[in-house]
Amino acid sequence: MTDAPRERPLSPHTTIWRWHATMATSILHRVTGCGLYGGALILAAWLVSLAAGDGPYAEMMAILGSPLGKLALFGLTLCVFFHLAKGIQHLIWDLGAGFKLPTANMGAIICLAFSVVASATIWIIAGLAGAL
Amino acid sequence: MMQNYRTPLGRARGLGSAKHGVSAWIGERVTAVALVPLVLWGVYWLVMIAAAHSRQAAVAWLADPINAVLMVLLTSVAFFHMHAGMRVVVEDYIERHLTKTLLLLANLFVCGLAGALAVFSILKVALGGA
Repeated sequence: MTDAPRERPLSPHTTIWRWHATMATSILHRVTGCGLYGGALILAAWLVSLAAGDGPYAEMMAILGSPLGKLALFGLTLCVFFHLAKGIQHLIWDLGAGFKLPTANMGAIICLAFSVVASATIWIIAGLAGAL
Repeated sequence: MMQNYRTPLGRARGLGSAKHGVSAWIGERVTAVALVPLVLWGVYWLVMIAAAHSRQAAVAWLADPINAVLMVLLTSVAFFHMHAGMRVVVEDYIERHLTKTLLLLANLFVCGLAGALAVFSILKVALGGA
Protein backbone atom coordinates (compact mmCIF):
# COMPACT_ATOMS: atom_id res chain seq x y z
CA MET A 1 0.00 0.00 0.00
CA THR A 2 1.16 3.50 -0.69
CA ASP A 3 0.16 7.12 -0.22
CA ALA A 4 -0.36 7.42 -3.97
CA PRO A 5 -3.73 8.95 -4.83
CA ARG A 6 -6.06 6.43 -6.45
CA GLU A 7 -7.91 9.00 -8.56
CA ARG A 8 -5.99 9.60 -11.78
CA PRO A 9 -6.91 12.14 -14.48
CA LEU A 10 -8.98 10.65 -17.28
CA SER A 11 -7.93 10.93 -20.89
CA PRO A 12 -10.48 13.02 -22.81
CA HIS A 13 -11.64 10.32 -25.22
CA THR A 14 -13.85 11.47 -28.07
CA THR A 15 -16.77 9.31 -26.92
CA ILE A 16 -17.06 10.94 -23.49
CA TRP A 17 -15.69 14.41 -24.15
CA ARG A 18 -17.39 17.22 -26.08
CA TRP A 19 -15.35 18.51 -29.04
CA HIS A 20 -13.83 21.97 -28.58
CA ALA A 21 -10.95 24.00 -30.02
CA THR A 22 -8.21 23.03 -27.57
CA MET A 23 -9.14 19.34 -27.75
CA ALA A 24 -9.37 19.32 -31.55
CA THR A 25 -6.02 21.09 -31.96
CA SER A 26 -4.40 18.83 -29.36
CA ILE A 27 -5.47 15.80 -31.42
CA LEU A 28 -4.39 17.56 -34.63
CA HIS A 29 -0.99 18.21 -33.04
CA ARG A 30 -0.48 14.45 -32.74
CA VAL A 31 -1.92 13.71 -36.18
CA THR A 32 0.27 16.35 -37.87
CA GLY A 33 3.27 15.07 -35.90
CA CYS A 34 2.67 11.60 -37.31
CA GLY A 35 2.26 13.11 -40.78
CA LEU A 36 5.59 14.91 -40.39
CA TYR A 37 7.17 11.55 -39.51
CA GLY A 38 6.43 10.60 -43.11
CA GLY A 39 7.56 14.03 -44.25
CA ALA A 40 10.96 13.61 -42.58
CA LEU A 41 11.37 10.23 -44.30
CA ILE A 42 10.62 11.96 -47.64
CA LEU A 43 13.22 14.63 -46.80
CA ALA A 44 15.76 11.89 -46.04
CA ALA A 45 14.91 10.12 -49.32
CA TRP A 46 15.32 13.41 -51.21
CA LEU A 47 18.76 13.98 -49.62
CA VAL A 48 19.81 10.42 -50.50
CA SER A 49 18.69 10.98 -54.11
CA LEU A 50 20.62 14.25 -54.21
CA ALA A 51 23.76 12.45 -53.08
CA ALA A 52 23.14 9.51 -55.44
CA GLY A 53 23.39 11.43 -58.73
CA ASP A 54 21.49 13.01 -61.61
CA GLY A 55 19.28 10.00 -62.43
CA PRO A 56 17.95 9.28 -58.93
CA TYR A 57 17.49 13.02 -58.27
CA ALA A 58 15.46 13.49 -61.47
CA GLU A 59 13.28 10.50 -60.50
CA MET A 60 12.71 11.86 -57.00
CA MET A 61 11.84 15.33 -58.32
CA ALA A 62 9.43 13.75 -60.84
CA ILE A 63 7.62 11.97 -58.00
CA LEU A 64 7.51 15.08 -55.80
CA GLY A 65 6.49 17.26 -58.76
CA SER A 66 3.61 15.00 -59.83
CA PRO A 67 0.06 16.11 -58.88
CA LEU A 68 -0.03 13.50 -56.08
CA GLY A 69 3.44 14.59 -54.92
CA LYS A 70 2.40 18.24 -54.82
CA LEU A 71 -0.77 17.33 -52.91
CA ALA A 72 1.34 15.43 -50.36
CA LEU A 73 3.79 18.33 -50.09
CA PHE A 74 0.93 20.80 -49.60
CA GLY A 75 -0.47 18.57 -46.83
CA LEU A 76 2.99 18.41 -45.27
CA THR A 77 3.24 22.22 -45.42
CA LEU A 78 -0.02 22.45 -43.45
CA CYS A 79 1.37 19.86 -41.00
CA VAL A 80 4.65 21.77 -40.59
CA PHE A 81 3.03 25.11 -39.83
CA PHE A 82 0.27 23.70 -37.63
CA HIS A 83 2.69 21.54 -35.63
CA LEU A 84 5.06 24.52 -35.33
CA ALA A 85 2.35 26.88 -34.04
CA LYS A 86 0.74 24.34 -31.71
CA GLY A 87 4.20 23.33 -30.50
CA ILE A 88 4.87 26.94 -29.52
CA GLN A 89 1.55 27.02 -27.64
CA HIS A 90 2.63 23.83 -25.85
CA LEU A 91 6.00 25.43 -24.95
CA ILE A 92 4.12 28.44 -23.53
CA TRP A 93 1.93 26.04 -21.52
CA ASP A 94 5.09 24.27 -20.32
CA LEU A 95 6.23 27.63 -18.91
CA GLY A 96 3.01 27.65 -16.89
CA ALA A 97 1.30 30.43 -18.85
CA GLY A 98 -1.70 30.69 -21.16
CA PHE A 99 -3.98 28.26 -19.36
CA LYS A 100 -6.96 30.64 -18.96
CA LEU A 101 -9.77 29.19 -21.06
CA PRO A 102 -10.25 32.18 -23.42
CA THR A 103 -6.46 32.42 -23.92
CA ALA A 104 -6.11 28.69 -24.60
CA ASN A 105 -9.06 28.70 -27.01
CA MET A 106 -7.79 31.80 -28.81
CA GLY A 107 -4.35 30.18 -29.09
CA ALA A 108 -5.88 27.07 -30.65
CA ILE A 109 -7.75 29.15 -33.24
CA ILE A 110 -4.61 31.17 -33.98
CA CYS A 111 -2.73 27.90 -34.62
CA LEU A 112 -5.35 26.79 -37.15
CA ALA A 113 -5.47 30.18 -38.87
CA PHE A 114 -1.67 30.47 -38.92
CA SER A 115 -1.19 27.06 -40.51
CA VAL A 116 -3.61 27.91 -43.34
CA VAL A 117 -2.24 31.43 -43.94
CA ALA A 118 1.43 30.39 -43.70
CA SER A 119 0.90 27.40 -46.03
CA ALA A 120 -0.91 29.56 -48.59
CA THR A 121 1.87 32.17 -48.34
CA ILE A 122 4.73 29.71 -48.84
CA TRP A 123 2.96 28.12 -51.84
CA ILE A 124 2.36 31.56 -53.35
CA ILE A 125 6.07 32.31 -52.80
CA ALA A 126 6.89 28.95 -54.41
CA GLY A 127 4.65 29.79 -57.37
CA LEU A 128 6.14 33.26 -57.81
CA ALA A 129 9.66 31.83 -57.56
CA GLY A 130 8.79 29.33 -60.31
CA ALA A 131 8.96 26.18 -58.19
CA LEU A 132 5.57 24.77 -59.25
CA MET B 1 0.63 8.40 13.71
CA MET B 2 0.72 5.37 11.43
CA GLN B 3 2.55 7.39 8.79
CA ASN B 4 5.73 7.38 10.88
CA TYR B 5 6.16 3.65 10.21
CA ARG B 6 6.37 4.21 6.48
CA THR B 7 9.85 4.26 4.93
CA PRO B 8 10.69 6.97 2.36
CA LEU B 9 10.59 4.22 -0.30
CA GLY B 10 7.15 3.16 0.84
CA ARG B 11 5.87 6.70 0.53
CA ALA B 12 7.41 7.22 -2.90
CA ARG B 13 6.20 3.97 -4.50
CA GLY B 14 3.27 4.36 -6.87
CA LEU B 15 3.83 8.09 -7.31
CA GLY B 16 5.42 7.58 -10.70
CA SER B 17 8.94 7.26 -11.99
CA ALA B 18 11.71 9.36 -10.58
CA LYS B 19 14.28 11.39 -12.50
CA HIS B 20 15.04 9.61 -15.77
CA GLY B 21 11.55 9.99 -17.29
CA VAL B 22 12.03 13.74 -17.06
CA SER B 23 15.01 13.71 -19.43
CA ALA B 24 12.84 12.29 -22.24
CA TRP B 25 10.25 15.01 -21.65
CA ILE B 26 12.87 17.77 -21.55
CA GLY B 27 14.64 16.36 -24.62
CA GLU B 28 11.42 16.64 -26.61
CA ARG B 29 11.00 20.30 -25.55
CA VAL B 30 14.62 21.29 -26.15
CA THR B 31 14.55 19.81 -29.65
CA ALA B 32 11.19 21.56 -30.24
CA VAL B 33 12.75 24.93 -29.39
CA ALA B 34 15.71 24.25 -31.71
CA LEU B 35 13.41 23.14 -34.53
CA VAL B 36 11.41 26.40 -34.60
CA PRO B 37 14.12 28.42 -36.41
CA LEU B 38 15.60 25.38 -38.20
CA VAL B 39 12.27 24.37 -39.77
CA LEU B 40 11.42 27.92 -40.90
CA TRP B 41 14.88 28.19 -42.48
CA GLY B 42 14.56 24.71 -44.05
CA VAL B 43 11.11 25.28 -45.55
CA TYR B 44 12.21 28.56 -47.14
CA TRP B 45 15.34 27.06 -48.68
CA LEU B 46 13.68 23.87 -49.90
CA VAL B 47 11.23 26.08 -51.81
CA MET B 48 14.12 28.09 -53.28
CA ILE B 49 15.93 24.87 -54.29
CA ALA B 50 12.74 23.54 -55.91
CA ALA B 51 12.45 26.83 -57.79
CA ALA B 52 15.96 26.45 -59.22
CA HIS B 53 14.95 23.21 -61.08
CA SER B 54 18.56 22.06 -61.11
CA ARG B 55 20.46 19.42 -59.21
CA GLN B 56 23.66 21.42 -59.61
CA ALA B 57 22.03 24.37 -57.84
CA ALA B 58 20.97 22.10 -54.96
CA VAL B 59 24.48 20.63 -54.74
CA ALA B 60 26.08 24.10 -54.80
CA TRP B 61 23.69 25.29 -52.09
CA LEU B 62 24.50 22.31 -49.85
CA ALA B 63 28.23 22.79 -50.45
CA ASP B 64 28.08 26.03 -48.48
CA PRO B 65 29.35 25.16 -44.95
CA ILE B 66 26.60 27.13 -43.16
CA ASN B 67 23.86 25.42 -45.20
CA ALA B 68 25.42 21.98 -44.76
CA VAL B 69 25.78 22.36 -40.98
CA LEU B 70 22.28 23.79 -40.52
CA MET B 71 20.87 21.00 -42.69
CA VAL B 72 22.69 18.37 -40.60
CA LEU B 73 21.28 20.01 -37.47
CA LEU B 74 17.78 20.22 -38.96
CA THR B 75 17.71 16.53 -39.92
CA SER B 76 19.40 15.15 -36.80
CA VAL B 77 17.35 17.26 -34.37
CA ALA B 78 14.15 16.51 -36.35
CA PHE B 79 14.82 12.77 -36.28
CA PHE B 80 15.52 12.90 -32.53
CA HIS B 81 12.28 14.86 -32.01
CA MET B 82 10.14 12.58 -34.17
CA HIS B 83 11.54 9.53 -32.42
CA ALA B 84 10.53 11.05 -29.07
CA GLY B 85 7.08 12.00 -30.37
CA MET B 86 6.29 8.64 -31.98
CA ARG B 87 7.55 6.88 -28.85
CA VAL B 88 4.93 8.71 -26.76
CA VAL B 89 2.22 7.86 -29.31
CA VAL B 90 3.13 4.15 -29.19
CA GLU B 91 3.34 4.15 -25.38
CA ASP B 92 -0.06 5.86 -25.15
CA TYR B 93 -2.05 3.70 -27.55
CA ILE B 94 -0.46 0.24 -27.66
CA GLU B 95 -1.24 -1.88 -24.62
CA ARG B 96 0.10 -5.32 -25.61
CA HIS B 97 3.65 -5.56 -24.30
CA LEU B 98 5.18 -7.44 -27.24
CA THR B 99 3.53 -5.21 -29.87
CA LYS B 100 4.60 -2.11 -27.96
CA THR B 101 8.20 -3.30 -27.66
CA LEU B 102 8.42 -4.19 -31.36
CA LEU B 103 6.94 -0.84 -32.41
CA LEU B 104 9.31 1.08 -30.11
CA LEU B 105 12.26 -0.83 -31.61
CA ALA B 106 10.98 -0.20 -35.15
CA ASN B 107 10.58 3.51 -34.33
CA LEU B 108 14.16 3.72 -33.05
CA PHE B 109 15.61 1.80 -36.01
CA VAL B 110 13.64 3.74 -38.64
CA CYS B 111 14.62 7.10 -37.12
CA GLY B 112 18.23 5.99 -36.64
CA LEU B 113 18.57 4.63 -40.19
CA ALA B 114 16.78 7.49 -41.97
CA GLY B 115 18.58 10.09 -39.84
CA ALA B 116 21.97 8.53 -40.54
CA LEU B 117 21.22 8.29 -44.28
CA ALA B 118 20.15 11.94 -44.34
CA VAL B 119 23.23 13.18 -42.48
CA PHE B 120 25.63 11.06 -44.54
CA SER B 121 24.02 12.24 -47.79
CA ILE B 122 24.36 15.88 -46.75
CA LEU B 123 28.03 15.37 -45.88
CA LYS B 124 28.70 13.49 -49.12
CA VAL B 125 27.25 16.36 -51.17
CA ALA B 126 28.85 19.06 -48.99
CA LEU B 127 32.30 17.46 -49.13
CA GLY B 128 32.23 17.26 -52.92
CA GLY B 129 31.40 13.56 -53.30
CA ALA B 130 28.28 14.12 -55.40
